[in-house]
Amino acid sequence: MTTDDSATAAAANRKRPRSFAAMLRSQMRNIAPFVTLICLTGFFAVASPSFATLDNLGNILTQISVTGIIAVGLTFVILCAEIDLSIASIANVTGIAVAYFTAQESYVNIANMPMPGWAAILLALGLCAMLGLVNSLGLTVIGIPSFIMTLAMMQIAAGISALLVRGQIAYKVPPLVSTLGSSSIGGVPWIVIVAALMLLGGHLVLTYTRFGRYIYMVGGNREAAEYSGLNVKLILGSVMVISAICAGIGGMLGVAHFGSAQQNEFDSYLLDSIAAVVVGGTSLFGGRGGIPNTIVGLCVLGVLNNGLDHVNIDSFLKILIRGLILLAALVINVYAQRWRDRTAE
Amino acid sequence: MPQGRSPILELSGITKTFGGVEALRGVDFALSAGEIHGLVGENGAGKSTLMKIIAGVHAEFSGRFVLDGRETRFRSVRDARAAGIAMVHQELSVVPDLSVAENVFLGAQPTNRLGVVQWRRMAREAREQLARFGIDADPLSRLGDLPIGLQQLIEIARVLSSGARIIILDEPTSALSPPEVERLFATLRRLRDAGTGIVFISHFIEDILRVSDAVTVFRNGRKVADTPAAATSKGALIEAMIGKGGETLEESYTDEIALPPPSDRPVVLKANRLSLARNLQDVSFQVRSGEVLGIYGFMGCGQLELARILFGKLSPDHGTVVIGDDEKTFGSTADARRAGIAFVAESRRAMLFLQEPVYKNISISILDRLSSLFLKPSRERAIAARQIEQLQIRPAAVELELGMLSGGNQQKVALAKWLSYPPRVLVLCEPTRGMDVGAKNDVINIIRDLRARGLAVIVLSTEPETVLSLADRIIVLKRGTVVREFSNEAISKDRLLEAA
Repeated sequence: MTTDDSATAAAANRKRPRSFAAMLRSQMRNIAPFVTLICLTGFFAVASPSFATLDNLGNILTQISVTGIIAVGLTFVILCAEIDLSIASIANVTGIAVAYFTAQESYVNIANMPMPGWAAILLALGLCAMLGLVNSLGLTVIGIPSFIMTLAMMQIAAGISALLVRGQIAYKVPPLVSTLGSSSIGGVPWIVIVAALMLLGGHLVLTYTRFGRYIYMVGGNREAAEYSGLNVKLILGSVMVISAICAGIGGMLGVAHFGSAQQNEFDSYLLDSIAAVVVGGTSLFGGRGGIPNTIVGLCVLGVLNNGLDHVNIDSFLKILIRGLILLAALVINVYAQRWRDRTAE
Repeated sequence: MPQGRSPILELSGITKTFGGVEALRGVDFALSAGEIHGLVGENGAGKSTLMKIIAGVHAEFSGRFVLDGRETRFRSVRDARAAGIAMVHQELSVVPDLSVAENVFLGAQPTNRLGVVQWRRMAREAREQLARFGIDADPLSRLGDLPIGLQQLIEIARVLSSGARIIILDEPTSALSPPEVERLFATLRRLRDAGTGIVFISHFIEDILRVSDAVTVFRNGRKVADTPAAATSKGALIEAMIGKGGETLEESYTDEIALPPPSDRPVVLKANRLSLARNLQDVSFQVRSGEVLGIYGFMGCGQLELARILFGKLSPDHGTVVIGDDEKTFGSTADARRAGIAFVAESRRAMLFLQEPVYKNISISILDRLSSLFLKPSRERAIAARQIEQLQIRPAAVELELGMLSGGNQQKVALAKWLSYPPRVLVLCEPTRGMDVGAKNDVINIIRDLRARGLAVIVLSTEPETVLSLADRIIVLKRGTVVREFSNEAISKDRLLEAA
């Protein structure tokens, strides 16, 4: 080795500890959720013998599938520094709509409109896409902040649900939906496969397509995106529609999974989806994070919900613990942003 | 430093790093009471970083910090304030939605014993304070409705009247008109004579030499010169700043320069009686291929709005933009980009993605030409590398996070994003504002090169030097109307200022 080489090597060695610390800090957003997941898993595995089993892994994956499907679209929205509060309502109304267009048993007292399965599915998807379009028009054309616009849509979608089922419960959905929502292939539930494919699809779109790059850029600096000649409104509008369609698919499969379609069935999924995205480390300020973060977030929530059942904890305390975990994730989210900014300064 | 006076503030061996990059390396700096201390250096040389350490913005650094003979450490801006140190930052930090009086007393509103704000007293005292700086503004009007220059003066007045013993001004004059600068200098001299220590950072070296007692020069995070102002010259300072015969780089434009005769090349863009609310009235002009049109005016003359109409960000109340044979008003910036218009805003923050790597910043405006559905990162990197090479962006690393680059290099990236597929018209707002001499010269050369390649360029600026160094033809904008056009004649800075 020449003296030159050794000098460079020495310089590199001297530099490494500092740049490693800097990297650690800048990657805080990705590392923290992962550490949380490992700690929770370790804790429950020790606390309960029934937790760390292959069967229970299947349970957890099935339990997070509907949230996972909805969270794909929400990840797009949050990456753009917007929010969609109507996802749970849209999921609910889409699930109800697909049942509404399917022939029900005679004892179900709903004035519905039976149609062939494919038509019911298309109509339900059309409905959620349309509601998403209303969200995006409100956001981009009229200029209503997404927080308020989707709050209104939450009520509108709940209202349509109420009008369709009128307090009744429907049970039948088209065979395709029923298969994907409630049966398995080779021991793996279809709903897990659908969720995995949608998460994968979302990841590919965000990472490898032009549209995905635009989403990150719009979220990173909206003004700069506009002054770079991007059609920011079109991108924001598309993202709101994508979010509504993901919610709709989650709603249809969810109805099949639960075995019934009724009012307020998806209420807890709003908080769960937002929690999954944010706990995973996607920045609420936009431009940072992605589907891998959402997957980690989903697993954290899944392990937490499932694990709390295994250690037989007071079910009322469970709600409080979930709230505290979400708060902790939000704190980390904000600090991760701050550390990053400080490193980049 | 004047002889015989002991410094109130003494820093030694100050080192500060940001994410592994050294912004300051072992810098010494001293300030006496009753001294105006000028600070010059290229962008990224470390001036602002050192001042932010003094003002308590950056709490982490190594080195000795001695105030009034005692070693001190500020943990926050509040600590520094309490010790009598105040700073006017480069970016305005006023609250546009509050009144002038509320801004003057921001954080220190006069209250009675019950803690109720005494509005009438506040308005009266604000008026008196501003009058002392020669500012005549209604204390009850909304600050955001005033011209930018006036807003900046009010912010400076707030800091100057705060009773601080040490006052730091970072580029305070960039938005001020010449008479406003004069008034500011008179105030600074008065405060100095009353015993205040003042640090004055500026790229305008004439200003530094006129008002300072001592001048310190920074280069690459080090102090390279420290001299009484009377013992140096502009050429010597520039040479110290950039380290080589730099005095030839910046001309002062006090002499007349000759604008070329009008060309007969095709008209690329025509603005047709553009009007926008109170900002613009019936503005018309045209630009030809291979021509640089300068649009000059004081801050608030409507040039920012004009540029945004040309790029489709704002829609005019009436009037059209004709590009090629199409007469239109753009519905969005994407429309304007597709029609072949490129735009660089006056603020780098509004143009760039500081968290993203350099290559993504360069490719963002041409992604739809590079790829249809899927990205082609290797092509993006290749194009970015070519731009980095051509524009001499330093450090030359496509993967580096843009925020790690210095201001001048960031500005080059803002230009680079438009140049891989050259547009037909390039609209540049303040293309060289806040840049050091070397980077400014680079940008000027880039723009001249684009003109030679047949682009139509529109340069909008409030700095006469910028317009004079680039333009083939100049129009002067005043309160939203075109008041004068200079073409095919001799022009100097004086005549340009006179017309505005």
